[in-house]
Amino acid sequence: MNFPLAPQQASTVAYFHDWVFYTLVVLTVIFTVVVYGMVVFFAVKYRRGSKVNRHQSHHENLVLELAWTVVPTILGLVMFFLGAKLFIQMRTSPADAEDVYVIGKQWMWHMQHSNGVRENNTLHVPVGKNVRLTLISQDVIHAFYVPDFRQQIHVVPGRYTTLWFQATKPGKFPIYCAMYCGTQHSEMGGYVYAMPPKEYAEWLKNGGNNIGEMTMEDRGERLFKVLACDNCHTAQSTDRAPGLAGIYGTKRVMSGGSAVTADDAYMREAILKPANQLSAGYANTMPEYNGQISEDDVLNLVAYIKSMNMPNVKGKAIAGQDISKGGENNKAGDHYRQTSNTALGNEDSRNLGETNMRDTGAAVNATAAERRIDRQ
Amino acid sequence: MSTVATPVGLPQEEPRPTTNYLNADNTIKGWLLTTDHKRIAILYLISITIMFAIGSFFAGLIRIELTSPVGRLLESESYNKVFTEHGVVMIFFFLIPSIPAVLGNFILPIAIGARDLAFPRLNLLSWYLYIIAAGLGFLAIVTGGFDTGWTFYTPYSSFYSNGQVTMAIMAAFIAGFSSITTGINFIVTVHKMRAPGMTWFRMPIFVWNNYTTGVIIILGTPVIAITLLLVVIERVFRFGIFSPELGGDPVLFQHMFWFYSHPAVYIMILPSMGVVTEIIANFSRKRLFGYHFVAFSTIAIGALGFLVWGHHMFVSSQSMYQGVVFSLISYLVAVPSAVKVFNWATTMYKGQVQLHTPMLFALGFIGLFVIGGLTGLFLANMGTDVHLTNTYFVVAHFHYVMVGGAVLGYMGGIHYWWPKMFGKMYPDAWGKASALLTYIGFNLTFMPQFIVGWLGMPRRYHYYYLQPEFQPYHIASTLGATVLALGMILPAFYLTWSLKYGEPATANPWGAHGLEWEIPSPPPTENFEKIPIVTDEVYDFDHIVDVHHGVATEGGDTH
Repeated sequence: MNFPLAPQQASTVAYFHDWVFYTLVVLTVIFTVVVYGMVVFFAVKYRRGSKVNRHQSHHENLVLELAWTVVPTILGLVMFFLGAKLFIQMRTSPADAEDVYVIGKQWMWHMQHSNGVRENNTLHVPVGKNVRLTLISQDVIHAFYVPDFRQQIHVVPGRYTTLWFQATKPGKFPIYCAMYCGTQHSEMGGYVYAMPPKEYAEWLKNGGNNIGEMTMEDRGERLFKVLACDNCHTAQSTDRAPGLAGIYGTKRVMSGGSAVTADDAYMREAILKPANQLSAGYANTMPEYNGQISEDDVLNLVAYIKSMNMPNVKGKAIAGQDISKGGENNKAGDHYRQTSNTALGNEDSRNLGETNMRDTGAAVNATAAERRIDRQ
Repeated sequence: MSTVATPVGLPQEEPRPTTNYLNADNTIKGWLLTTDHKRIAILYLISITIMFAIGSFFAGLIRIELTSPVGRLLESESYNKVFTEHGVVMIFFFLIPSIPAVLGNFILPIAIGARDLAFPRLNLLSWYLYIIAAGLGFLAIVTGGFDTGWTFYTPYSSFYSNGQVTMAIMAAFIAGFSSITTGINFIVTVHKMRAPGMTWFRMPIFVWNNYTTGVIIILGTPVIAITLLLVVIERVFRFGIFSPELGGDPVLFQHMFWFYSHPAVYIMILPSMGVVTEIIANFSRKRLFGYHFVAFSTIAIGALGFLVWGHHMFVSSQSMYQGVVFSLISYLVAVPSAVKVFNWATTMYKGQVQLHTPMLFALGFIGLFVIGGLTGLFLANMGTDVHLTNTYFVVAHFHYVMVGGAVLGYMGGIHYWWPKMFGKMYPDAWGKASALLTYIGFNLTFMPQFIVGWLGMPRRYHYYYLQPEFQPYHIASTLGATVLALGMILPAFYLTWSLKYGEPATANPWGAHGLEWEIPSPPPTENFEKIPIVTDEVYDFDHIVDVHHGVATEGGDTH
């Protein structure tokens, strides 16, 4: 039988993390040995009836009390400082990180790369590159945990959390759901596959394991049309709705007078519960999409709206003209019809496509390969 | 603590009154409608022992299940119910009431020279609330069980979980009132009913700690009661409080839950530290080292304990800056615990150490609590917590504190005051065997869990087939649990045996210091014929006769 003593160190933060961890181990051992030593030594030496010097025994000593108050306090503050420093490093994603979107739901992980490649319960990442995950739950609280990367974050319904890492060596590293989430909690796992960047680029280009020929923006655009968002949200602001081109990342003035930055969380709220995020000057006419579309679709819509900001990408073409007049959209529409055929063949009914589409696109967000990872 | 000039506890002057609290009015009605704090303590003792047995049974199922990466007997659904019920039973129905409701109830009034607690009928109500709660909890288990984890995290508990969650929550809710009534009783009793001469700084640390526990209970428990009620309201009436679907905030629940449940850790451990302080001073026959520091460290723990709840939530999506503050205060709350440990160890220096059963449990407490406390620093550390939280490292850590700390202290206290409570001696050799088996079995059970948690084994996992290399540690842990179970079952036999066949206990069989040792064993219903007047300092052994020698030992302290 093997008794492994440490998890692999497979991410950049693992080294600093383990250094702090082993420092704590050393302190723990020292204090434990001191206390055990005192207790055993005194219990033996001063056992009842032993012939030892018991004169001048004290029951108070200010210097000693101060010593064992001050020394642990100082050591504690040092460890606190190291821990806080490590934590801030673990939580601050580098600017150049590649985005992957993760949705947790009972009881699987659903990942989507920004180029649209999707996977379930596996996550392919390049070695040596920073990867930032944006996570949200579709039901209860989960936790995304990769022990070999020393990274963990709760995946909460209703709000985005983020986590970043940089894999340092190729390999297969377990993913766990670490927050108890119901019956199959212990089966909600999978693997991170860290690949050399070249292999990863190849993998991504070939669409990963799945049918992933559409990018997130493509999916968002398709959905934008299916949901008929373009009936009101045209490129320029109208009296019915604000235009969306260039809106992402700007400051918005709300009907209540407050100012909000249009970030991911704002966008999500504005789609799901528009009444809470009403821009100044507009009436509350937009229907709520809360419960109507999945978190996956929200991410796709936001990706599409973001793309309207950028020059030289797809969204730009639309941003330049009236969205409602179509044009570019025909291509996306064709695209949609192709994928939905394959998607409809999906046998897994617990996928993200269980939504109430009001339009014909019932399977618009069905994922093609909701494979559960096999027990090994 | 002599109330009269002559030394107490001499065997030849032992009064052996024929009536005591046990045999006066020994009818069913006399027990079930009693307002005597000592009888209520016995009622509690029986009740929590039954709950402990149920909780231990669930623990055994968990340990059997985890010897294989794919389970042995249970389906995941049942496994989840088993670990939830283990947690709920052990925390709400054993650990929280254990020392305060049994030993505190029995000893606290006597130790400060009172005839009863301030509100005897409230005390009886406390036990009935406990019984109603325990009955409801038992009903929830047998009518389908509940699988939320003892933490009842939303929105799982309020929106997604099936099963008897509402009933289980109501059980915990009612149990909360049971501990609130005990807490109120302790606070008022200590303030109002101390005997003449029993100043605050002549109170035994056991009284200090139960008093502080009472304060924590009445400040914290109402918060958990409201929180649990809100979960029920959302679950039953679909009012949006914690579920995002209904416009609620799931993380709000965690703030409210841990605002109580972190101080609840101190509700469980402070009384145990009190017991251990009594035992160490008395079995070293020496004044407690740094009495004032030990007393004030209790208050410091009680106060700071309310400001650290966020260290359970570093990865919960709470703000990073909030986390920094919680981590800092969590490191500070470790200091008073360190102060206590060093004072206990130094108390033995130049003492007359006797390793009877209670002392072995108390020393075991120190050993396990030190490890439990120090491993807490890994979890108060924001950086290492990211990796270790929600793993078996946490499970091992809190079992070191809750079992290694609270339960060993409880066992030590039961063995220390057993002769007083029942007037009988138990066989010390069997007691020592139990203490050793408990200590060894405990370490074998939970030490491997630190390693398997550090390797990344998440807690509340039924299967671990992704990393079957965890299995050797789980098998080791289960073997250890077998030894631990033996150590815990033994006392049930020899203590029960002692009730009938044990040697009669003298008033002060240990040569201990304290008002409870100046009255007969078992005590009469009214405790004291005459309310004592306290003239000597706490843990002052100058006038205490060492019964084993039959002579007074020399004074331990020469300033």
